[in-house]
Amino acid sequence: MFEIFASLQAAWALVNGADPALARIVALSLELSLAAALLGAAIGLPLGALVAVGRFPGRRAVIVALNALLGLPSVVVGLLVYLMLSRAGPLGSWGLLFTPTAIVMAQSLLVAPIVAALARQTCEDAWRDYEEQLTSLGVSRARAVPTLLWDARYSLLTTVLAGFGRAASEVGAVMIVGGNIDGVTRVMTTAIALETSKGDLPLALALGFVLILVVLVVNAAAYGLREWSVRRHG
Amino acid sequence: MDVTLPRRRLCFGLAAALVAASSLITTSTLAQPTFITIASTTSTEQSGLFKEMLPAFTKATGIEPRVVALGTGQALDMGRRGDADVVFVHDQVAEEKFVADGFGVQRLEVMYNDFVIVGPRVDPAKARGKDVLEGLRRIAAARAPFASRADKSGTHAAELRYWQAAGIDLGKEKGPWYRETGSGMGPTLNTASGLNAYALADRGTWLAFKNRGDLDIVVEGDQRLFNQYGVMLVNPAKHPHVKKDAGQKFVDWVVSPAGQSVIAAYSIGGQQLFFPNAKPRAEPARR
Repeated sequence: MFEIFASLQAAWALVNGADPALARIVALSLELSLAAALLGAAIGLPLGALVAVGRFPGRRAVIVALNALLGLPSVVVGLLVYLMLSRAGPLGSWGLLFTPTAIVMAQSLLVAPIVAALARQTCEDAWRDYEEQLTSLGVSRARAVPTLLWDARYSLLTTVLAGFGRAASEVGAVMIVGGNIDGVTRVMTTAIALETSKGDLPLALALGFVLILVVLVVNAAAYGLREWSVRRHG
Repeated sequence: MDVTLPRRRLCFGLAAALVAASSLITTSTLAQPTFITIASTTSTEQSGLFKEMLPAFTKATGIEPRVVALGTGQALDMGRRGDADVVFVHDQVAEEKFVADGFGVQRLEVMYNDFVIVGPRVDPAKARGKDVLEGLRRIAAARAPFASRADKSGTHAAELRYWQAAGIDLGKEKGPWYRETGSGMGPTLNTASGLNAYALADRGTWLAFKNRGDLDIVVEGDQRLFNQYGVMLVNPAKHPHVKKDAGQKFVDWVVSPAGQSVIAAYSIGGQQLFFPNAKPRAEPARR
């Protein structure tokens, strides 16, 4: 118990001290996780909505698969991306292994299924409410997709935030494809893993508190944006 | 109900997301000086040696070294796949095989430190002393908990050699007392600290390790605990994209008097961690 308290104090000191190395790590974490959340949303939202309104053979199987991908093991994704990007792999000539881009690729692969699975559920519920109205207007299923996504935008914001959370808290895949290189691919989670390895548990936990704070700030910002938007547009 | 407006807004939103995502990625990868990727071991990174050594190298050459710290087995594998320019590890047998197989150009000895056996201060197996083999025999006989790296690292390879030399057949003796953590030196020490178990560790990582709990060094000073580090350039003939010149500069610098003195100067609490022992080179750097 005392150790946790000491870590909280250390976290406060870290935030207050504005250590440039820590600031860089926090900024990189934020940047990469936001990029991954946006990419994952760009793929996952349309995909989820299409599955929600679509009628095609194997739809049930796709839904089950999407839901199962919620539990996609990050180490597996990390290994897959590693083997693809390794010089001995198919995309080796791109030279992307151990770069921030590689991290975003792995994170997006983890985020996209989460966004797709949750968006699918949200859009399906919205479709149930609007199906009659939209069909009577002569809107095809495919053309209803943007309407549904737009209509459910506030619920979907939470979905994207869930994706951001997954990206920001990711350690296994990020360690494998990023390599935890100081100043290049070291993010909050891998820094925490490194300090844990060094046996500096209070510092590791302090970094953990800083990460939680960052995620909290992002969520607060999203909530504020939503409130502002609701008030403005209704 | 207007259905075109949302579509336009949405398409705009998705496009904006893509643009934002890609600009976030590119800003973080632009403007890099020449860099090399070094596959190395957790001991060089976690002991803090690299924090001291790499800035000196960058100052001397302008090259930015990027270190990926893994176990020796994994680091060599990285070199074999062509994902590193330089490999800096500690398992002579595996390193020589790496070079013999044509993956490395030439192995040069850089420095050494030594292994120690750490264990509970009260030493329930009575393993304390100078003889590593006798210490291991007593740990096995007492069935005292022992935490093994079990990750094909240099330290793990050394541990297996010691058990064999001690005449202990792990295949037969292995039991609940022998815990295979399958992880790096730090995590293994964390496990040992939590279980109050014995473990083989390199002195550098041990000295820098903070979560010692009740652990202390029980065996040290045996000649056989010597731990040699070697450095080698990944063979550009196998992997043409290897940064040959920049990588060779690192190899040359590490074994040069300048590099060796930085290694000698690194200490924690007044204790020197690594001892440079590069051989003065008869021939100038090849190529």
